[in-house]
Amino acid sequence: MKIPRISRKTLGIPYAVFLICFVIIPMLIIVVYAFTDQNMRFSFENFIEFFSDPTKLSTIVYSLVIALLTTCFTLLIAYPVAYILARSKMKKKYVLLLLFVTPMWINFVLRVNAIRELLNWIGLLGETNYFNTVLGMVYDFLPFMILPLYTTMIKIDNSLLEASADLGGNPFVTFTRVTVPLSMPGVLSGITMVFLPSMTNYVVSDMLGNSKITIIGKFIETYFGTDWHMGSMIALILLVIVFATTALSGGFRSENNTRGATI
Amino acid sequence: MSEHIIELKNVTKYYDDTLVIDNVSFYVNKGEFITFLGPSGCGKTTTLRMIAGFDLPTSGQILLNGKDISSLPPNKRPVNTVFQRYALFPHLNVFENIAFGLRCKKVINTYENDSGDRYTKKEKLTKKEISEKVRKALALVDLEGFEKRSISTLSGGQQQRVAIARAIVNEPEILLLDEPLGALDLKMRKEMQIELKAMHKRLGITFIYVTHDQEEALTMSDTIVVMADGVVQQIGTPTDIYNEPSNTFVADFIGESNLFNGTVTGEREVRFCGKTFQCVDSFEKNELVDVVVRPEDVHMCAPEEGMLRGKVISVVFKGIHYEITVQVGKFEMVIQSTQSRAVGEEIGMNIDPDGIHLMKPKYTSNIFDGVITKRNTVEFADGEFACDVTQLYPGSRLNEEGDLVTQTGEVIDPTGAEVTVEVGMNDITISDDAEAGGTTGHIISIIYKGDHYRLIVRTEEEEEDFVFATPDLWNENDYVSVIIPPEKIKLTLKRTEEAKS
Repeated sequence: MKIPRISRKTLGIPYAVFLICFVIIPMLIIVVYAFTDQNMRFSFENFIEFFSDPTKLSTIVYSLVIALLTTCFTLLIAYPVAYILARSKMKKKYVLLLLFVTPMWINFVLRVNAIRELLNWIGLLGETNYFNTVLGMVYDFLPFMILPLYTTMIKIDNSLLEASADLGGNPFVTFTRVTVPLSMPGVLSGITMVFLPSMTNYVVSDMLGNSKITIIGKFIETYFGTDWHMGSMIALILLVIVFATTALSGGFRSENNTRGATI
Repeated sequence: MSEHIIELKNVTKYYDDTLVIDNVSFYVNKGEFITFLGPSGCGKTTTLRMIAGFDLPTSGQILLNGKDISSLPPNKRPVNTVFQRYALFPHLNVFENIAFGLRCKKVINTYENDSGDRYTKKEKLTKKEISEKVRKALALVDLEGFEKRSISTLSGGQQQRVAIARAIVNEPEILLLDEPLGALDLKMRKEMQIELKAMHKRLGITFIYVTHDQEEALTMSDTIVVMADGVVQQIGTPTDIYNEPSNTFVADFIGESNLFNGTVTGEREVRFCGKTFQCVDSFEKNELVDVVVRPEDVHMCAPEEGMLRGKVISVVFKGIHYEITVQVGKFEMVIQSTQSRAVGEEIGMNIDPDGIHLMKPKYTSNIFDGVITKRNTVEFADGEFACDVTQLYPGSRLNEEGDLVTQTGEVIDPTGAEVTVEVGMNDITISDDAEAGGTTGHIISIIYKGDHYRLIVRTEEEEEDFVFATPDLWNENDYVSVIIPPEKIKLTLKRTEEAKS
């Protein structure tokens, strides 16, 4: 009797089933909902309504601005931290890295609550809603920026930095012309990991923005209470934005690869 | 040619607490091709890195054209390095890699203003100048037209050439090469050796080359600096180093050699292998010497015509010669000859006086600092050995209780006394059994001396070396214990201060 051999293709079946059930079908449902009206008839009504409603458009813009600011500040803070951690000859630097990363292990809501209490104590809660939101997000997403940066920087061969110095490059030249370009993959994955969640994570804006700030994630949540069709349309538009951002950073990466930045 | 471009003065380097360069001094003449040669971990790369500026000496001075540059950062030194694994920038193409140094550079240009006054300006090189220089550098390494290529698409040999071009395009005063051919295959390596040598001639700049390959060093260098354990063993031309090695390490490391223990029996006369030979080196009579005989300096002849007689025990064909091992009494002699002999054949051997090279032996006995611990033990080199403490005090003896009694009848306790311990080279044995001896260590060196091996066992903590002779073959890095019979441990009190009773 022939023993049936399990081919690699067969091994992929559970994964395919999972993808179909939990990714493709839900997406299709979203698309269907987005382009139908209350009577489940095909319509562009949600699409037109979204783009003709100034509040909805401004929400998108606000979300983008908040996400952009958050990403910029996390990058500005994380880059020097990761650089110091990766390049210092300190023996106990793992302890330092751990200190930056351990907040990730504490419950997210608890952390945001802590900041809220802190802001309340200083008297900023309800006063500077945008500042508070960005502050909370920077605090929360910092580890997600530090880690990819650190892992790319630690892999930069020390002899490349020595080569730069050897060729007459002062520390500034070495940093801008060797370290920065070689850490770009880390920068890009850090940006992806911070920008996207900060567009949608409405827990921070809700708790720290004193419920005065509505970002796109909050919008979707609200609509799914009353109007699933509009909610789906906003989710779909967000998906397109996310896709565009990823494609943009992914595009950078493939260009890097052809230039040989295999790190 | 006699101008010293680089001079190291008493340079010592510690990494953390490990001594890697131990008081090294030498100079490099302008325009010469000098090679640092030694086994891995001998400090040759560290020396190069200190000249490049990547490592700073713990103490001592590095002079460039007579000026102290010991603490100058690498970007301010007029030297360029070809790195061991090339260290080309992966995010830049060939052109940008080579142009990197040129873009950092500023040159002083002289101008004339309207009123005819001359003034100088520090300026960056223009685009045109840079691309012209890069083109010339690429032509020099035979890579014309490679400007746009990405580094990852180049073969090892091509990357090597880009690395060389990137260094020489800056017109350095000294080019440092850190085992640059190590990653290439044999044929490519041979080609690059010739090319590098030709390049050295054409450029006329000083090359400092690091390698562990003795053949490479002999082929390419004007001067070789042989290093081991962070110490310069010998400096000389390839011919000098090969023909006149200054110690057994150099003799053993450079080329094949037969090493024997010999005794000087008279003016230019030495006795080894049970026979007395004429030689050219002059040493004091009765002095113990190390004798080096290169395999190609032993001539085979009919048994009755030879100074030495022996039986061929193995013949290996090596391409251009045969390597014949002959048993001469209890010694072994390796001979290189274009003629073959049959295994088992009885042959005679002669050695010309200039084929016998005598060296002052580095070790004649082992000397340690020790402390008397208990009544009859001494602690040194990470271990405790039984010994005879009565030798510390002339005429003393041990009484029934085992106490030390001096000549005058006084009972003293020598515990804590600091002593100098001396152990002869033939008084040490080693064992696989870690418990058998007084201390343990790893075998770090094995040198065959014709009828016995000279081993060095280094202890782990204090890194003390035991040098001794043994007829048995051991393996390098074996973990062994060191056994010394108590009566062979010679003790002398270090200080006049006597231990209290």
